[in-house]
Amino acid sequence: METVCAIELKNITKRFGSVVANDGINLSLNRGEILSLLGENGSGKTTLMNMLSGIYYPDEGEICVGGEKVTISSPKDAFRYGIGMIHQHYKLVDVFTAAENIVLGLDDEEKLDMNQTNAKVRAICEKYGFDIDPTKKIYDMSVSQKQTVEIIKVLYRGADILILDEPTAVLTPQETDKLFAVLRNMRADGKAIVIITHKLHEVMALSDKVAVLRKGKYIGTVNTAETNPQALTDMMVGHTVTLNIDRPTYEKPVPRLSLSGVSCFDAEGVKRLDDVSFTAMGGEILGIAGVAGSGQRELLECIAGLHPVSSGSIMYTPDEAAPSDLVGKSPMQIRKSGVAMAFVPEDRLGMGLVGSMGMTGNMMLRSWRKGKSIFVNRKDPNKLANQIWHDLEVVTPSTEFPVRRMSGGNVQKVLVGREIASAPSVLMTAYAVRGLDINTSYTIYNLLTEQKMQGVAVVYVGEDLDVLLELCDRILVLCGGKVSGIVDARTTTKEEVGLLMTRVGGKEAE
Amino acid sequence: MNKKHEPLIRLAKREMMPKGQVWAIRIGSILLALLLGGFILMAIGVNPIEAYGTIISGSLGKKTALRQTAKIAVPLLGCALAIAPCFKMRFWNIGAEGQITAGAIAASYFALYWADKLPALPLLVIMGAAGAIAGGIWALIPAFFKAKWNTNETLFTLMMNYIVIGIVRWLEGGPWEGRKGSQVIPQFAENACLPRVLGVHCGWIIVLILVVLMHIYMRHTKHGYEIAVIGDSINTARYAGMNVGRIMMRTMFISGAISGLVGFIVASGANGTLYHGVADGVGFTSITVAWLAQLNAFAMVAISGLLAVLTKGAETLQTRLAVPASISEIITGILLFCMLGCEFFINFRLILRAKKQQKEAAAEGKEANENA
Amino acid sequence: MPEFVNLTIALIVAAITYGTPFLFGTLGEILTEKSGNLNLGVEGIMFMGGAVGLGGVFYYEKLTGNANGIVAVIVGILCAFIAGCIASLIFSFITITLRANQNVTGLALSIFGTGVGQFIGEYMRVSEGGYIAISNSLKGFFQNSPFPAFLQEIPVVGPILFSSSVFFYMGVVLAIAMHLFLKRSRKGLYLRSVGESPATADAAGINVTRYRYLATVIGGGISAIGGMVYIMTIAGCVWNHEGLSGVGWLAVALVIFCLWRPLSSIWGSILFGALMILYLRLNIPFIPMQIYKILPYVVTVIVLIVSSMRNQKENQPPEGLGLNYFREER
Repeated sequence: METVCAIELKNITKRFGSVVANDGINLSLNRGEILSLLGENGSGKTTLMNMLSGIYYPDEGEICVGGEKVTISSPKDAFRYGIGMIHQHYKLVDVFTAAENIVLGLDDEEKLDMNQTNAKVRAICEKYGFDIDPTKKIYDMSVSQKQTVEIIKVLYRGADILILDEPTAVLTPQETDKLFAVLRNMRADGKAIVIITHKLHEVMALSDKVAVLRKGKYIGTVNTAETNPQALTDMMVGHTVTLNIDRPTYEKPVPRLSLSGVSCFDAEGVKRLDDVSFTAMGGEILGIAGVAGSGQRELLECIAGLHPVSSGSIMYTPDEAAPSDLVGKSPMQIRKSGVAMAFVPEDRLGMGLVGSMGMTGNMMLRSWRKGKSIFVNRKDPNKLANQIWHDLEVVTPSTEFPVRRMSGGNVQKVLVGREIASAPSVLMTAYAVRGLDINTSYTIYNLLTEQKMQGVAVVYVGEDLDVLLELCDRILVLCGGKVSGIVDARTTTKEEVGLLMTRVGGKEAE
Repeated sequence: MNKKHEPLIRLAKREMMPKGQVWAIRIGSILLALLLGGFILMAIGVNPIEAYGTIISGSLGKKTALRQTAKIAVPLLGCALAIAPCFKMRFWNIGAEGQITAGAIAASYFALYWADKLPALPLLVIMGAAGAIAGGIWALIPAFFKAKWNTNETLFTLMMNYIVIGIVRWLEGGPWEGRKGSQVIPQFAENACLPRVLGVHCGWIIVLILVVLMHIYMRHTKHGYEIAVIGDSINTARYAGMNVGRIMMRTMFISGAISGLVGFIVASGANGTLYHGVADGVGFTSITVAWLAQLNAFAMVAISGLLAVLTKGAETLQTRLAVPASISEIITGILLFCMLGCEFFINFRLILRAKKQQKEAAAEGKEANENA
Repeated sequence: MPEFVNLTIALIVAAITYGTPFLFGTLGEILTEKSGNLNLGVEGIMFMGGAVGLGGVFYYEKLTGNANGIVAVIVGILCAFIAGCIASLIFSFITITLRANQNVTGLALSIFGTGVGQFIGEYMRVSEGGYIAISNSLKGFFQNSPFPAFLQEIPVVGPILFSSSVFFYMGVVLAIAMHLFLKRSRKGLYLRSVGESPATADAAGINVTRYRYLATVIGGGISAIGGMVYIMTIAGCVWNHEGLSGVGWLAVALVIFCLWRPLSSIWGSILFGALMILYLRLNIPFIPMQIYKILPYVVTVIVLIVSSMRNQKENQPPEGLGLNYFREER
């Protein structure tokens, strides 16, 4: 097939305020090619692609489609140029059939003829090898079928440049294979495809070219045939950066939390944790590394009693007491026995904080049930709120100011501060420094280290490998719900962890 | 190029408005409603100033008028208090009408059949308790289904109103009928009627005590805290170890019980008997009272008073100026529309296209800080 | 013919007469709710429709002197429709544009609408000297069947199929049209998507605000016709707020009972109509007549419970029902 340029990005820069999300990025893609856009979380992949699909508008640089310079300022514009993006969160109407969803929003004046639409959808399915019944309702579909509907939706509108944002994150290996087969068919049909991913083996299996981003910067593009996972990892994680996080050693760590063979399923019946076993020690920080959605959230929720465990045991050994199994206990019992969790979700609120209340009200979330009185004790939470306000330098006009209106970093300080204040013997944090500036991040690192030195078992789920390497004592790597390795943070290298994250060279745990 | 797609006016959530401005908007909305009502009065050839004057003097001018007004305000306020915890929890209980009626039925049973056996005080206490329990149970039914199967509570509670009102109609013409064929339940005996204080049945004292109690309940008790957390985020409530279903049912029981108590007050205090219109739309109007008061117990006193003044004043208007009394409902409606609508200007900010550029930059900067 | 059959036929005919106002009220609310707006103001809307419709016909006859029956029916429908549109436009503006709570705004509209209806009814009565009369010949156009006599005289089938007022047939046609609109047309599909998931519709480029406004305003107009039908047929062309009160709420109940399906609303409203008058026609010992009257509500509650327990996606309220949409709040 002759090479026809499908898209070319020249020197694209996108800033959000002072943060440069994309910095002078160049990219080009021909028809009949699959390009992988590779990078860690927060490296700017999705931002870049959102500029192609009309959600953002670039500050600098130009976009060419089919060799001509174009301006894409809305999703409609993108469609006009034949660009279709499949986002991570599907937008489908549950009670509609696949075909009804597919024609939604098309502003044809012609009469709606579902038979004809169904036939057209079937034709697309046949052409590329999708397996979808256009008359099936969305609520009867599996996640992968829903994804298929989203893809067909884009094809139906005549897109010939497809962008898929982490399409395999929600798929089983079998479904992934199917998707790849379809994508290859589309490639053969002359479509240009970009897939955003951080899974190396998928990159190697599917794509023709790989473009790598790191922290918003364009690192380079290589032909898949001429590279290997090791080289790609190096490009993706870069060189180790020294952060100088203080890491004292605790004298005699004791086992606190022992998981053996823990598995769990999500609401859709997909296995989220698969036979996870490890021991968290009092007096150490255990880092949890892994690409997004590898089971970090489920792991923490299983321990905290918020997610049902399908098999395995979680033995918890408090000071001077016999070990007991946490599985089957209520979140309240678990919390009372000294296991604290500070999970910072993507939207920051929604789990663990009450947006409409002030700091005091949120401190009460921990203590509201204390005492026999029918009245809530506001005095102690208020004292605690003032203490955290002062100690962690939370920026807020008062302890009654709704946390929803605080800026992100301050919300996190409130959450993490409260969990630490409950003097737990196991402290779990996830994404505790998400979105924080450097100084605040260090405040949190110091707090965690302080806890460790008091003999608390700290579990730290993080995104930034550099931090994990310097903050933690040991690092557990999750990959697809499995433990792909536990390494000593003092001796390991970023490359080793990076490879474990993508399971290249992964070995069985312990 | 980018600009072409920008709408002329764009909305954004407002951060926080100074208190003074908030009140200016709210009072402005009331004035606007009175102005609109004035136009209607003018359209039918009535001098609006004279009409409003009549409303005020007719509702507050004389002692008897004032008593009448208080009598109207009492159930409105009581019922608004009942609704507040449900709405705080985002449980849309629009079944207060039925809960009042259920309470009135239970209270009436004792008034009709126990009056000859008991002296006034214990009888009234039993009537009140029975009313509260009946109202509570009537509210518990939809709450149970909501907690268990997530049955839509708005529609469920609405239906429950008509069922219980139908039961009263049946009682009127059947088992509790007074004189055969009258379709009316007989008047309660003296000892089953609430005594008067300052010329108004003492329900007003009960309701004012409830105002204070509800304020404390919502602000200072564990229950109140649980309700507030659930109303904000059910996920967080679960995280904090709250049993959401149970709290929902408990709150609805309390809400229904207060409504039931109001039913007892109305039947025993105001009417001295039970009839199918015992709730008389109070259950619906009080929802707007509670909402407009932002679920603040003390603000409800003011708003229920305002609506009572309108209702009573309109009656005077009818006798003096021959304006149909339903004008009060029209003006009440306009008032509610204006007050509901004005919250928008408190919560949202309108951004005009021309001003947009710089503000956008600032907003994006903030967003990025949060995303990074 | 045995008396039993005659009785049944009479019952069905009466049920249709009493059910027709529900049919309009319900169809209008179905359209509204399909867009995701829960308008609890139907009671007020039907009051306004009834009063304004009556007023329109009355003044039309008064001013022309020699009124044409067909024109009078059209005047009645138009007046009621416009009144309903205005009422629901207020609701739409406050909930869609100003984003106030739908429940509360709907209740406010109920208070306002019943007030306006009552006011107009009273005002006309007073200003016209105590009595509003519409000539009997004109009444006939509202109350009698539009079909020729020989069709009505066919045994059994005649009375059931051909003896109802013109409004019933209009309602049936409207129900079928609405069914086809929602199920078969592109606009109908888009409207349903707005009610189910406004965010999805918005992302697909559908103008959520416009669809919600149009559906709510037109739906309100249709509901209002139901009020006019009640006044002009059942109430005998005089203002009767006692009779009309509660009809709007029953129409809201009927929407649930029919599971938001226009076609089901035809037999649903006849059934509700039957339950309204059953006590007059059929006395079953041990079941007091007032208990018949609550049957529609009891049945609706049961339908609501059963459909939530089964949790069948098809029979649920539109997912976005009662929720205002603000794009940036995703």
